[in-house]
Amino acid sequence: MLLKVSGVTKSFAGAEGPVPVLSGVDLSLDLGQTMSLQGESGSGKSTLLHIVGGLDTVDGGRVLFDGRDVAALDEAGRAALRRSDVAVIFQQFNLIPSLDVSDNIRFQARLAGREDAAQVARLIEALGLGDHRHKYPEQLSGGQQQRVAIARALAARPRLILADEPTGNLDEATAGEVLDQMLALVGETGAALMVVTHSPAVAARMDRQLHLRAGQLA
Amino acid sequence: MTRAVLQALAAHWRRNPLQFFTFLAGLALATALWSGVQAINAEARASYDAAAATLGEGRFDQLVPRAGDSLPQETYVALRRAGWQVSPVVEGVLRTDAGRVRIVGLDPLTTPGALSPVGGARDIDLNSFLTVGVLFADAATAGRLADLPQEVVTDTSVAPDTALTDVGVAQRLLDRPERLSRLILAPEQPMGLPPLEQVAPGLTRVAAQSGSDVGQLTGSFHLNLTAFGLLSFAVGIFIVHGTIGLVFEQRRGMVRTLRTLGVPLRRLILLMAVELLVLSLLAGGIGVVLGYVIAALLLPDVAATLEGLYGAQVSGGLQLRPVWWLSGLAIAVLGAGLAGAGALWRIARMPILASARPRAWAMAAGRGRWLQGAAAVLLLAVAAGIALADAGLIAAFALLGCLLIGAALALPLILGAVLALGQSRAKGVIGGWFWADTRQQLPGLSLALMALLLAMAANVGVSTMVSSFRLTFIDFLDQRLFADAYIRGVDRDRMPGIEAFLQDRGATVLPLLRVDSRLAGVPAELMGARVGPAYETNWTFVAARPEAWTQVAAGDAVIVNEQLARRAGLWLDDMLDLGGGLRLPLAGVYGDYGNPVGQAVIAEARFGVVFPDETPRQFGVLGLDPEELRSALGERFGLPPSSVVDQSSVKAFSLGVFERTFTVTAALNVLTLAVAGFAILMSLLTLSAIRLPQLAPVWAMGLTRGALARVELIRALVLAALTALLALPLGLALAWVLLAMVNVQAFGWRLPMYLFPLDYARLGLLTLLAAALAALWPALRMARTPVSQLLRVFANER
Repeated sequence: MLLKVSGVTKSFAGAEGPVPVLSGVDLSLDLGQTMSLQGESGSGKSTLLHIVGGLDTVDGGRVLFDGRDVAALDEAGRAALRRSDVAVIFQQFNLIPSLDVSDNIRFQARLAGREDAAQVARLIEALGLGDHRHKYPEQLSGGQQQRVAIARALAARPRLILADEPTGNLDEATAGEVLDQMLALVGETGAALMVVTHSPAVAARMDRQLHLRAGQLA
Repeated sequence: MTRAVLQALAAHWRRNPLQFFTFLAGLALATALWSGVQAINAEARASYDAAAATLGEGRFDQLVPRAGDSLPQETYVALRRAGWQVSPVVEGVLRTDAGRVRIVGLDPLTTPGALSPVGGARDIDLNSFLTVGVLFADAATAGRLADLPQEVVTDTSVAPDTALTDVGVAQRLLDRPERLSRLILAPEQPMGLPPLEQVAPGLTRVAAQSGSDVGQLTGSFHLNLTAFGLLSFAVGIFIVHGTIGLVFEQRRGMVRTLRTLGVPLRRLILLMAVELLVLSLLAGGIGVVLGYVIAALLLPDVAATLEGLYGAQVSGGLQLRPVWWLSGLAIAVLGAGLAGAGALWRIARMPILASARPRAWAMAAGRGRWLQGAAAVLLLAVAAGIALADAGLIAAFALLGCLLIGAALALPLILGAVLALGQSRAKGVIGGWFWADTRQQLPGLSLALMALLLAMAANVGVSTMVSSFRLTFIDFLDQRLFADAYIRGVDRDRMPGIEAFLQDRGATVLPLLRVDSRLAGVPAELMGARVGPAYETNWTFVAARPEAWTQVAAGDAVIVNEQLARRAGLWLDDMLDLGGGLRLPLAGVYGDYGNPVGQAVIAEARFGVVFPDETPRQFGVLGLDPEELRSALGERFGLPPSSVVDQSSVKAFSLGVFERTFTVTAALNVLTLAVAGFAILMSLLTLSAIRLPQLAPVWAMGLTRGALARVELIRALVLAALTALLALPLGLALAWVLLAMVNVQAFGWRLPMYLFPLDYARLGLLTLLAAALAALWPALRMARTPVSQLLRVFANER
């Protein structure tokens, strides 16, 4: 089992005391599997994604990644996990504005010490970015930026890919195209994929669909 | 509607208190340095005006002795009898237990209008002024004259350290019976007067506004101070410009919303301009108060500087003069207006549906870089042209302006090229990102870095000049003060006896004869020296004939100091009229650093022929221990110990005057560097607010917040180090202009330029320390950024 989440709780400070966001979430995910996480705004799906990715910490419960307890890791440990095993694709793309397309794609792979020039070239071609490799993020459309973000995640060859509304900022046609490419490429790498989405169409493309309601899986 | 818009505008400052502080602090600091310098200048000019108003300097033509420092009273009587409308003046220094006071004696019956303090609306009656004797002085000077039998009346219009009185009283106080210093000519003279040469051949006419006008002499010093004030103001305005740019950029969304809600663009722009005006008046007010404090702290040193360099008297107290606090407020408003005009213009041209998304504010600033580069090249070319033309003091300051602004404009381009090189050579992934990201941050930091460049260059330039001056001056003191001791302040009648006594004891005695005079139309001292091996060994010429000393010793030539040579346009072999029918060729020009007046030296024997009544005022003594000399002269002649001054005391005193002279420069240097450090801090802090979305993805990909903070710190250090490297050649160029052009024009001497690598290294380290301190706070903020804040960058509903 690549990922096992048990009894995770999380709350944020509010004006009238702590506001619970996750209240005892359990789930598991194996390599090669895809999973969607749906729910209303504020249901805690992004928070769960952040916890799984080592971006945030839990108040209670355990998050086992390949048998290691992510909750027990200190900041440096969580940073190492993010560097080498996890990649996140954001709705806002979050590319590095000072690097061009080619360097953005190679960036996380180089951080992880797994840069493979041939694979980067293949991803650039597969995602139709060949003519844009020397452009900077601000010179790209939304769809192109999201393709760069996907290529960046895949180039690092992580075992877990987390995608937070990866097509939320794209029009319907582009969204479908980007999703197809992402699923095909994730399938090739054999990584696990967890996608947070509002879209039933996107969720339907995943192996498993989970719903989060008021901090608990429905 | 207006109230609602103003509330919306004010809300931005409430939400961004740091920006509010940066704006106010930047503008207040800029105004403080500017208005502080203006306050000092205004005070000094007021003192000069008081001097001119009471002494008639520069306002009326005058008759002065062709040689010597006085004229017989009979000459005045002869001129009056011949119909000349002249008024006598006696001047001299009165030493009291409480200090020195310049006594000026006037004749209220004959002085041209408004020169004399008696009569008119004054309460003092003419009779007591002429008979009993009344002195007029400001409060501080009046206190020093309390022991005199004459009544002392406090009058704030009298120049500092000066007392006015009747001619007869002045002659008594100064022990100059029947002697006058000069005659003031009334503007209206009767027709058919006999020529001056016929009535008073020993006098020469000096036109108004020439020669001795202290305002003109000190003009260059005040221009220097103003230039420093302007430089500091420019550094402060860099901060304000950066802040206003960021504030307006962040308000684009609000502007769009307000316009969408129906606020007319014109009203919006007007209200933003009013907001800018109110804030700049507030900052200007704070700046004026700070400027007053700075001026009050620096004025005593400036007064010492002006007295040391030019002999000009400036009051040590500061008054609140409307001219400078109003100019302080005006320059604050002007500076804020200049900084905000571009931002307001962009808002006025922004389409109503323009994207409200905060774009890369910093990147937008980089668009005009080629234009900036062209301007930099043009300014540097103009600077080079002026340097080659060597065309006077104003041109030299124009050169400094072109050089500094051109270099500041070129800085971001040069840094950009260096960072691009670093990026191309980078091996690791973090290194590559570091260089690329630093390049991206450059436009946002460039104003602060320009400020740092200017501040550092000013430090290098001015400290090189001062240190070169100090080295030359110490060397000069060693050469000039070669006697073991000096005897001074003794009655002239006793001097010949003392000289004979010393020679009997085997000492080498070097008497120094001196009269105040005008040479080649310039106020100067004429000296008579016993030229011999001591002079030949120790004095260094700037330019000289090979046999200069031999010719001077034989009475066939004169040597002059560099100040006199440059002011009078004299050089080797020119003939110099020394008065009394004596004309000699110029055989040498010697360095005489720190002396405000021109000087000429002839042989003792020649001097005695022209001025037979003059006796030495001072002896240099070689070959006797100063202590032995002191006790021997005390026993034999009853001289007080203070009349023998040993060489080391003179050197220490001279160096003390020198150090104090440049205190004000050093203080302005430190203040400018501090403002530049503040500029970096504020730029980094304001940038850090928009940095989070750029750094959060890197953090998400596996760099810790601590690592990112370290990178931010290193970035500031790298940029500061590169700027410091570029500031060094710029500072040296500045030093060269100051030494080779400004000094020659302003003070009359050219100094050799020395380099001080250790000082530059120390300054570089200080700069790095300032940059590290400035970057520490933003870096610590980065290291302590809550994870929730980083995650908010990725929130889809943000």
